[in-house]
Amino acid sequence: MAQFVFEADLHGLLKLDTPIPNAPPARWQRKAKESGAPGPSPVGGMSPMKPANRSHSSSKTPSRTPGKSGSKIQSTPTKAGGDRYIPNRSTMQMDMANFLLTKENDPAEESPTKKEQQKAWAVNLNGFDIEEAKILRLSGKPQNAPEGYQNNLKVLYSQKMTPGSSRKNGRYIPSMPDRILDAPEIRNDYYLNLIDWSSQNFLAVALDNSVYLWNHTSGEIIQLLQMEHPDDYVSSVSWIKEGNYLAVGTSNAEVQLWDVQQQKRLRNMTSHSSRVGSLSWNSYILSSGARTGHIHHHDVRVAEHHVATLAGHTQEVCGLKWSLDGRYLASGGNDNLVNIWPSTQGDSGDFTPVQTFTQHQGAVKAVAWCPWQSNVLATGGGTSDRHIRIWNVCSGACLSAVDAHSQVCSILWSTNYKEFVSGHGFAQNQLVVWKYPTMAKVTELRGHTARVLNLTMSPDGVTVASAAADETLRLWRCFEMDPIKKKEKEKANSAKSSIIHQGIR
Amino acid sequence: MAKQLGRDQQGITLRGSAEIVAEFFSYGINSILYQRGIYPPETFTRVQKYGLTLLVTTDPELKNYLNNVVEQMKEWLYKCTVQRLVVVISSIENSEVLERWQFDIECDKAAKDDSAPREKSQKAIQDEIRSVIRQITATVTFLPLLETACAFDLLIYTDKDLAVPEKWEESGPQFIANSEEVRLRSFTTTIHKVNSSVAYKKDSFP
Repeated sequence: MAQFVFEADLHGLLKLDTPIPNAPPARWQRKAKESGAPGPSPVGGMSPMKPANRSHSSSKTPSRTPGKSGSKIQSTPTKAGGDRYIPNRSTMQMDMANFLLTKENDPAEESPTKKEQQKAWAVNLNGFDIEEAKILRLSGKPQNAPEGYQNNLKVLYSQKMTPGSSRKNGRYIPSMPDRILDAPEIRNDYYLNLIDWSSQNFLAVALDNSVYLWNHTSGEIIQLLQMEHPDDYVSSVSWIKEGNYLAVGTSNAEVQLWDVQQQKRLRNMTSHSSRVGSLSWNSYILSSGARTGHIHHHDVRVAEHHVATLAGHTQEVCGLKWSLDGRYLASGGNDNLVNIWPSTQGDSGDFTPVQTFTQHQGAVKAVAWCPWQSNVLATGGGTSDRHIRIWNVCSGACLSAVDAHSQVCSILWSTNYKEFVSGHGFAQNQLVVWKYPTMAKVTELRGHTARVLNLTMSPDGVTVASAAADETLRLWRCFEMDPIKKKEKEKANSAKSSIIHQGIR
Repeated sequence: MAKQLGRDQQGITLRGSAEIVAEFFSYGINSILYQRGIYPPETFTRVQKYGLTLLVTTDPELKNYLNNVVEQMKEWLYKCTVQRLVVVISSIENSEVLERWQFDIECDKAAKDDSAPREKSQKAIQDEIRSVIRQITATVTFLPLLETACAFDLLIYTDKDLAVPEKWEESGPQFIANSEEVRLRSFTTTIHKVNSSVAYKKDSFP
């Protein structure tokens, strides 16, 4: 008989479907052992093989290898019961379930110091003491957005080319800039106002700690000033209406006044305590906005120049513009507010804004008054907002709002057409010309390879200069006048001026 | 029910403080949902609050869900049993946590016993809340884009011995594996102090 035993042994060893000897017990076996059920059949024995019961919440189909399961399945109590098919597992908390299931197996024996250590680790990892607090959440699956909704912020920020407008605009606007000027070391800071074009056709550009003047007619370049201290920089420039004086705001809170013909500094006005990022002229009053949120009015004719303080912003004032009739001052800040200030103080002697607009969700640097409609103001919001809004400052109503899909750094109204142009940042760094009041896009001017920082317009209203973080200035001829219309306009202008002359006499 | 004393300088009671903080959470969560694009922006409408224009959702189911949470928060704030509120933003497909907005609440338990209202002007509290909400809006400039469709979850850390109310269940903290954290401003009503911070998954490429 011994040879049969030997044969059986050999068979047993050669059959590959026996449980592996000396393997770590499968979880189901461990649990079976604990609950006292009979363990797996001893190895090498001749008892029928039990097919290993797999984990019960798996979605495997019931049959394993066809041969085996047929005859040999023993109905083990509990666990099996067939597999359930569970179509959607996203609402199950597999981690939680697994944790709860395996928790019982862990030994609870611990020395006090070990407990301390564990507690310290727990506090470290969880950020709070587990014994002291617990975390609750409202049950039910987490809230989802409706099906098919794609987070359009991604679409927004990765937008490449927008499909062009199907309607052709009336006139031809060259898509390439007229000229490209080099602007090395220009500061890539959204909150500064580094270029301005004078009525005498000089373009002032602030490059880090120097200011250069570019003569548009002759093309020559003059370096007007350079800051004494290497760490200081110029934060804003603004020409007086006549074009002979240039106001310069600096990072060390000074407002300087320069005579460009003599290339001499006339005044150095200190009244702010932080950098002066925005400037605006109203005949002899120069208004300056600083990082603290304060706006100061300076009367440049008198020694005591600081004549008023306007406190309406809690963060940097980056947009500042007097209206063309000098009645209102519009200011936009990093606190997302737009304030409209009157030109004279109220009864209490303090300046209070006649309007405050809170609708922008981002810093407001682009502020521009409409030249042909009084009391109409255009504002543009930064990255968090991306909207251009048109306001009537008397009624406080928002006349229209349009999503520009990109950070708005500057808005300029055209004097030749009923349009305005806006400068943008990521992703296309383009200038967009809009028709007013329809708010239709006339054209988009692309070319800058980094975000546009500032825009300024030539005195004849034809060319727009844009300064961008790619260290270039591009001049775009977007408001070219039709020669016939130009003649008419000139005639009208000259007629107007002669009347004024007679009036003064 | 003890009402909030007046609109001006007249002091903050415990219940008033609980209301202020719960209201802040309601608007704060709405702002997060709008700014991060969890829900379509068309479903939000503008309201004036704290001197700002804020966006709140018009979706009725979501409104209901948020109201439940906020009401419960009010109760717990009044009893000073809540320690933290967390908004977890996770990807729908793989349940990976992408962003975690954490609002720590420090409650002055002494206020429960002494019933005299505290001195702090409404305006000052409003200003502080305004700064926090503005910061939440501004975070969109540095938080990484949420590429996939996301869902949000609200976790509330309460005292251990608190009875779990119906419809609520226990949960894990849902931390982010490799995260960058940014602390935001805090505000205080002298009874409750709320510290805010946001943690986001570090971008995989350097």
